[in-house]
Amino acid sequence: MSLLQIKDLGKSYNSDAKVLQGLNFEVESGEFLSIIGPSGAGKSTLLRCINRMVEIDEGKVVFDGQEVGKLNKKELRKVRTNIGMIFQHYNLVPRLSVIENVLHGRFGYKTTIQGVLGRFTEAEKEHAFFLLKKLGIEEHAYKRCDQLSGGQQQRVGIARSLIQEPKIVLCDEPIASLDPNASKVIMDHLKSITQELGITCIVNLHQVEIAKSYSDRIIGLNKGGIVFDGPSYRLHRNHTDQIYGTQTQATPEIRELIMV
Amino acid sequence: MNEKTMKASRKWQTIFFILLIIGMTLASSAITGFNIIHGIATLPKAGAWILSNLMITQESLERLPTILEKLLETILMSIAATTTGTAVAFFLSLMGSKTTGTKKVFGVFARFVASASRNIPVVAWALILLLSFGQNSVTGYLALFVGSVGFLTRAFIESIDEASQSAVEALRATGATYFQIVFKAVVPQCMPQMISWILFMIETNIRNATLVGILTGTGIGYTFDLYYKTLNYNAVALVTFSIIIAVIVIELMSNYIRKVII
Repeated sequence: MSLLQIKDLGKSYNSDAKVLQGLNFEVESGEFLSIIGPSGAGKSTLLRCINRMVEIDEGKVVFDGQEVGKLNKKELRKVRTNIGMIFQHYNLVPRLSVIENVLHGRFGYKTTIQGVLGRFTEAEKEHAFFLLKKLGIEEHAYKRCDQLSGGQQQRVGIARSLIQEPKIVLCDEPIASLDPNASKVIMDHLKSITQELGITCIVNLHQVEIAKSYSDRIIGLNKGGIVFDGPSYRLHRNHTDQIYGTQTQATPEIRELIMV
Repeated sequence: MNEKTMKASRKWQTIFFILLIIGMTLASSAITGFNIIHGIATLPKAGAWILSNLMITQESLERLPTILEKLLETILMSIAATTTGTAVAFFLSLMGSKTTGTKKVFGVFARFVASASRNIPVVAWALILLLSFGQNSVTGYLALFVGSVGFLTRAFIESIDEASQSAVEALRATGATYFQIVFKAVVPQCMPQMISWILFMIETNIRNATLVGILTGTGIGYTFDLYYKTLNYNAVALVTFSIIIAVIVIELMSNYIRKVII
């Protein structure tokens, strides 16, 4: 059975406008999947339905054999510990140190008291340092997060998701506010997560070229529906035109803006 | 309407409003029997009285130890009222804030408690509580406590709402529990503002404690009242002076603390 199954998923924030409609796909474990599509296509909503950060309206999401939409609070928390999440704006606590932010990823495994008092085991701390070293930001471990650059902060975000020991990592536009160099570092790290640790990655992107070069598979989303689903080498210009709603005769400048 | 008539009408409007204000002032002073000119004329005399009577003399300085003891009591009571008020206000603000609120009922409840305790003046609280608790320090403490809860809840709700939601979202996604999110994502972000508000509340409470003390018969307020009613004006001056010094010192201290933490 696949790690993640999405069946007839639908979502609407207010009754008239549907953000997602009739989505069906499965994700195998160890896959690197990119979701591309224009702004407002429902990419972020789709990701947040997987760990139920937004409520699921129609259909179901089955993760690791459990139907996410039917879980109670406690079960949902347990499932979320297996799902890492990385955000466009890193979503760290700016006034706390890097190491504290990384250890926040362990809260799902702790009781409330342990978490509030910040009681972490030696093994967890060692794991946190190991991850920071792997991501190349070990020397910043005791710095406050707001002193780091965007790329470094995103690496802290990756460390926070990895310390959860997740089965899947959801990345919501992880490189949208980074420069090309930092973007490459982050994408390389994400790629190595799937290759070395076998963790599934679902990445929302709007850079088609990056999606093509990094991912095994691409899903194209437009107006809440899937318009392309296949291996990345099969994605061609006519598909991107369909995804982004541009015409084939669109001026080259517009196409360039989208493809960059 | 051309430019000239507009200017003219504006001029008449101004004159009308000035006359209206003068008329209202005259009417209200006539009704209440208050004479402005007489009031101004007595100012020099009042100043002279203050200078001659409210002087700190050698004799009044002998009372300094008792006054300082009472002053310390007042300061400690203000701090106690603020800290306990902070604890209650913290949980109320968690209920009332949009970021951390869980149920709408709790939010409404928190906001109601906050505005009820804030909008009734501390002096009124002291008088109300006086009826049930009598003239003792508990009454004074409770009056300051209720006022602190009201004000701090309101201030904390705003601090929490202002703090960024993003870290809360991230911790929610890791499977963290409610209080883990509150103490590890919300509190660290609001800490500077919260401490700033708490320090401000301590200052305010020391000022209010004097007034509340006069009514409830505790602390420095009672000392002030006692000397005042026994016509010992020199001691009154000393009490007033020591209150001013204490408030300034506390203010300087809290300004320093604010600078360090932010």
